[in-house]
Amino acid sequence: MTILLYLVLGLGGVVGLCFAAFAPEPGTSFHGILFVIFCVVFAFWLISREGDTGQPADPHSTVPYNDEIIRWGMVLSIFWGLAGFLVGLVIALQLAFPVLNFDLPWTSFGRLRPLHTSAVIFAFGGNVLICTSFYCVQRTCRARLAGNWAPWFVLWGYQMFIVLAATGYVLGVTQSKEYAEPEWYVDLWLTIVWVVYLLVFLATLWKRKEPHIYVANWFYLAFIVTIALLHVVNNLALPVTPFGGKSYTLFAGVQDALTQWWYGHNAVGFFLTAGFLGIMYYFMPKQAGRPVYSYRLSIVHFWSLIFLYIWAGPHHLHYTALPDWAQTLGMTFSIMLWMPSWGGMINGLMTLSGAWDKLRTDPVLRMMTISVAFYGMSTFEGPLMSIKAVNSLSHYTDWTIGHVHSGALGWVGMVSFGAIYFLAPRMFNRERLYSLKLVSLHFWLSTGGIVLYAAAMWVSGILQGLMWRAYDSLGFLEYSFAETVEAMHPFYIIRAIGGGLFVLGAVVMAYNVYRTARGDLRTEVSYTSAQPANA
Amino acid sequence: MLEKHAVLEKNSILLVIGILIAVSIGGLVEIAPLFYLESTIEKVKGVRPYTPLELAGRNVYIREGCYNCHSQMVRPLRDEVERYGHYSLAAESMYDHPFQWGSKRTGPDLARVGEKYSDDWHREHMIDPRQLVPESVMPGYPFLMDAKVQSSDIADHLVANRRVGVPYSDEMVAAATQDMLAQADPDADGVDELVERYPGAALRNFDGQPGAPTEMDALIAYLQVLGTMVDFSVYDAEANER
Repeated sequence: MTILLYLVLGLGGVVGLCFAAFAPEPGTSFHGILFVIFCVVFAFWLISREGDTGQPADPHSTVPYNDEIIRWGMVLSIFWGLAGFLVGLVIALQLAFPVLNFDLPWTSFGRLRPLHTSAVIFAFGGNVLICTSFYCVQRTCRARLAGNWAPWFVLWGYQMFIVLAATGYVLGVTQSKEYAEPEWYVDLWLTIVWVVYLLVFLATLWKRKEPHIYVANWFYLAFIVTIALLHVVNNLALPVTPFGGKSYTLFAGVQDALTQWWYGHNAVGFFLTAGFLGIMYYFMPKQAGRPVYSYRLSIVHFWSLIFLYIWAGPHHLHYTALPDWAQTLGMTFSIMLWMPSWGGMINGLMTLSGAWDKLRTDPVLRMMTISVAFYGMSTFEGPLMSIKAVNSLSHYTDWTIGHVHSGALGWVGMVSFGAIYFLAPRMFNRERLYSLKLVSLHFWLSTGGIVLYAAAMWVSGILQGLMWRAYDSLGFLEYSFAETVEAMHPFYIIRAIGGGLFVLGAVVMAYNVYRTARGDLRTEVSYTSAQPANA
Repeated sequence: MLEKHAVLEKNSILLVIGILIAVSIGGLVEIAPLFYLESTIEKVKGVRPYTPLELAGRNVYIREGCYNCHSQMVRPLRDEVERYGHYSLAAESMYDHPFQWGSKRTGPDLARVGEKYSDDWHREHMIDPRQLVPESVMPGYPFLMDAKVQSSDIADHLVANRRVGVPYSDEMVAAATQDMLAQADPDADGVDELVERYPGAALRNFDGQPGAPTEMDALIAYLQVLGTMVDFSVYDAEANER
């Protein structure tokens, strides 16, 4: 099998050279060079490992878990998280102060916004999912991760995908489909990596020592399988030349639009929801020390969620040239989706029954819990916004941006931070985290940041939507478009402050994990032994 | 019934099959009919493939990520129709690979921006947006004035578009480079044939600079054709109700 991997890397190097030599766009030739470097470095790395495919963190572990890859995944998650949040802050400031675009091609909002969205969704979120799914599937199957080098190929191959995508945006290599901007050759590379990911995950399930596949793994499996399907169909395209970056999508206009939002909404549904629900179903019960609230609810939650989510795409296209029947269908299923979403929230929150007191003493559990609360809030707001009458106001405005961020920062971000805090001491084989007070600080910085962010976007979104449709007493439109842009300015500043707090929180986390990795323990009064001060 | 679920929990392949079935139904029911229901795309006259220069401009629009802030989809709502013009038809983007409907209006909708502003206005606005619109938060794109648009391989782009369904004729492909240069130079040879091939194409020196067309020429040529292809004075909305 190792020979096969060398063969793939050798072949990859040759293809990379062809791209470097023949691509008409400088961005794509640069990608060719990057790819050659990747293949060479990976090959040398393989040799340098001398057959060591990863050891368990705890040397006394009875099962030879591959924990080294988890450790790497965790570090990479933190790195990409910081990078992605920071780019988000930059583009938030660009909207408040447009001079920050510097009038250069590589620094303009239009190129940096995909950089931000891909960095947070795919680089941060993707690494969190790969790392936690590899951890969860090993522990719940009581088996070592399948494949020797295959999981490493997934991890490093995925980082290569991130680097290709990110540098591509900055250099102007994009196909303009939101959250699927990378060009065809990057899509093909991700497909290869993803298929190996699915195989590693499945093969580990086959090695399991438990008769049942644990519920978290259903969600991870649905995430991996469905993302593969969505990714392949939405990215069907025809390249202009065999080794050039530019391609034209197979579908056009209205069909392309619905395919894109079928993909786009289910990137939310399966990448940012199903995958992270896998985290909730494993890490929350572990941290709380309580079993999942209801097994039956898990089954109903799982099947209804994945069945209903896939229908919701057309709500991104209300009142467009998409036929009305498709819009109505999309709206109906989006409203129905509220039920499984809240079913999942209840299953997560009620897992705390009998352990509610730990919210006072365990900031990590508090982080996971507020993530589920944000999940409940966003999945209520989503169906509301999918109603056509509401959507006619909210669509095209910042309300959508606020909605996405309450889900992305509140749910995806917070549950990921919780999982990272859970993993850090275990994966570095330390007694505990460096500091729980810093976790608490991170909690409040993030929560404060999200509140500022979401509140600013609600006000600016609804304000702008109302200004667009305002009429004066003579029956003319009251505001020019430029006047509605001017009205956004204060809210863009508040949003940037909120985003800044969130970035700061992530820096605190990075520091805490770094000190934990070093084996440092901060001397602090434990939450459990603290006595109330005498009045 | 829930007891039977154990079968799926013990067999990963059955679980994967179950997942595939559950997630396929919605997409099949919603997307597949769009490809065969004839009512999906309205019957209208006037929508033609982009000229080579417009297509190159469209690729600049995509490369710079304009879609991040500008929609190209006027909804049939009173204020939008008054602000931007006739609501958008599916037919108007039937040759758009990929579509550019957008999802956010940080800037205004551009579906009908064609011929609303002069070429000079677009050029100055792209170089320094706040010089013309002080409230604007748009980045400046002065570098488009210096970047020559690549004309040598534009025929390949037309061929790729033809393969995915855009009706470019052999004649259009053969004349692609020539058409591209001619559109930004009204005194060039072959402009009459260009207009024959692409009815209604604007022939102007869009960026106001002498010499080979720049990316600014291409982008303005694209913006000036947006929403202008269909003649709405003869469009029969009732015949296309769906």
